[in-house]
Amino acid sequence: MADYIIRIENVTKQFAGGAKAVDGVSVNIERGEFFSLLGPSGCGKTTLLRMIAGFEFPSEGEIFIDGQASSLIPSYKRPTNMVFQSYAIFPHLNVFDNIAYGLRKEGLPGKELNRRVEESLAMIKLTGFGKRRGDQLSGGQRQRVALARALVKRPKVLLLDEPLGALDKKLREEMQIELRQLQKSVGITFVFVTHDQEEALSMSDRIAVMSKGDVLQIAGPKELYEAPNCIEVASFIGNINLINATVKGVNGGEIALEGPGFGSFGAPSIEGVKAGDKIVAAIRPEKLSLTAQKPTSGAFVEGMIKASAYLGDRSHHQVFVKGRDEAVSVAAQNMEREMSADFDASKPVYVTWDPKSLILLKS
Amino acid sequence: MTTKPSREAKRMGDAGGGLALFAIAYLLFLYVPVLFLPLFSFNDSIFVSFPLQGFTTKWYEQMFADEDMLKALIASLQVGGVVAIASTILGLLGAKAVTRYRMPGQGAVTGLIMLPLFIPEIILGISLLILVNALDIPLSLITVAIGHIMLCTPFAMAVLTSRLDGFDRSLEEASMDLGETPWMTFWRVTFPLAAPGIVSSLLLAFIVSFDEFLLSFFLQGRQPTLPVYIWSQLRFPSKLPSVLSLGAIILITSCVLVFFAEWVRQLGTTGDRKVGVA
Ligand SMILES: Nc1ncnc2c1ncn2[C@@H]1O[C@H](COP(=O)(O)OP(=O)(O)O)[C@@H](O)[C@H]1O
Ligand SMILES: [Mg+2]
Repeated sequence: MADYIIRIENVTKQFAGGAKAVDGVSVNIERGEFFSLLGPSGCGKTTLLRMIAGFEFPSEGEIFIDGQASSLIPSYKRPTNMVFQSYAIFPHLNVFDNIAYGLRKEGLPGKELNRRVEESLAMIKLTGFGKRRGDQLSGGQRQRVALARALVKRPKVLLLDEPLGALDKKLREEMQIELRQLQKSVGITFVFVTHDQEEALSMSDRIAVMSKGDVLQIAGPKELYEAPNCIEVASFIGNINLINATVKGVNGGEIALEGPGFGSFGAPSIEGVKAGDKIVAAIRPEKLSLTAQKPTSGAFVEGMIKASAYLGDRSHHQVFVKGRDEAVSVAAQNMEREMSADFDASKPVYVTWDPKSLILLKS
Repeated sequence: MTTKPSREAKRMGDAGGGLALFAIAYLLFLYVPVLFLPLFSFNDSIFVSFPLQGFTTKWYEQMFADEDMLKALIASLQVGGVVAIASTILGLLGAKAVTRYRMPGQGAVTGLIMLPLFIPEIILGISLLILVNALDIPLSLITVAIGHIMLCTPFAMAVLTSRLDGFDRSLEEASMDLGETPWMTFWRVTFPLAAPGIVSSLLLAFIVSFDEFLLSFFLQGRQPTLPVYIWSQLRFPSKLPSVLSLGAIILITSCVLVFFAEWVRQLGTTGDRKVGVA
């Protein structure tokens, strides 16, 4: 059995007079991993994190922290620390005292306390800022102080609620890398809440995708992207083309499908489908290619380019296919230095793909 | 600078002049009568009228020699002190409850706490008197203080609610997250952050209690508070000048207190503005 530092078992949280913010969720988080809770705003991420921290208590179910049932343990006795979305830097204390806040009551000798705080200041590259007041810091610096204040307590689990949400894009990307490196070097389990799927993909060991109080899928970044287990996950993480198809026949490892606009096409079979089933075949835009010449073999459909967007490293094309309402999205890498237009919009183009790239999802 | 009037002045034109005149008239109307108090307190005549008769400090001597007046002053200071502390504590608890917790019937509870602000004092006074009589509680400074606490708690709660509302509630959660108990969190975070509001609340409650007349009049026992005592002395013309000198002293003290309270409040708010919780 894996070494789980946090086990969330069938946890439901119902606020007084409200709908269920978290609904029967079970999640296991391994010791030392960078674990993200990802989902759109209002899906219950913060509520779940606050239950781990001890600011909310489950209406049903139980959360085990390092093997201990936590529902009777108040926040100030838990081996977790939190970086708040607003950072919650104490405005009446300077940076040093903010970081030392949680150490004061541990009864450390003064020297040891100073050393630990100075170490933390060095870790967040704010050596010499100890005397500054919280209101004299930039957003990025406040975020670092919040991080240091939590980490100096040496928690077993660090909880972070959208800590990068208030930073501008460039700083956010720098902090993503720094946070990830920091987590590796201190070896503490991080539980990271975000609604930004790219952020979650680039930083996490594993991700739980949430929607409306439910956890839809828990997996590593690659698996989430390449093998989502439902339509919601597939469309929340990145872009995807969905084809509502009917199974025409199953032949060993092959399955014959038919969908509007795509006609008949093949895909690798999945378990438990039979002829006549309705199924969704999904494919990512970058797994599709465009060509002006009609292919002589392989899977393809004919269409007309409706719109193209040039993004430098790649181009996005919207292709209309007869019989299908929605345009098909194709993302093409711009691998050659080329100034002329890619395609003639008045002539038909051909969208091709490798059947192995199709993701089959039960509808 | 140039001789041309500034654009600002042009735009304001006569309207600006009119407004300034109005403001000056208003301030005169407000403060000149009050300024008569110190003026006549040094006037060497028992008649409060012009022309002034020469400078004297004898009214001040008379006042300090008037034992009843000093007793009334001390009574008012005692009541004011107790009321300020009690209603600030009650107000702080109430403010903490309404800003930090969601309770059923919260609106109704807040409304009921605030209600004494809107009930005419005379009705409040009579109903309290009936209650105190019904319960057979002897009238004394204690009953006066209880009445004042009822009156001052809403003021205290209003001041403190706006103060507590102004700061991020995750500050208190952060403290508990870092290992402090709710009690220590109150002392290490809530209290220092609410301190400017607490000072304002203490001063406000004290001043409201100190010059309150109606409730004191209904609820007092043998010992009157200062406003009631002054009112009772107005019948004796010879006492009037020493009342004026007492008034002058109270006036100066109140001004100092109000400026101090405002200064503390501003210290608090400028600090917050700079912090600007994201
Ligand atoms: N204290 C609360 N009382 C009532 N409802 C709440 C409370 N906190 C959150 N909710 C509701 O629970 C749902 C989930 O909220 P939250 O966990 O903050 O979502 P997220 O962090 O994913 O944006 C929302 O519908 C929100 O309105
Ligand atoms: Mg949230």
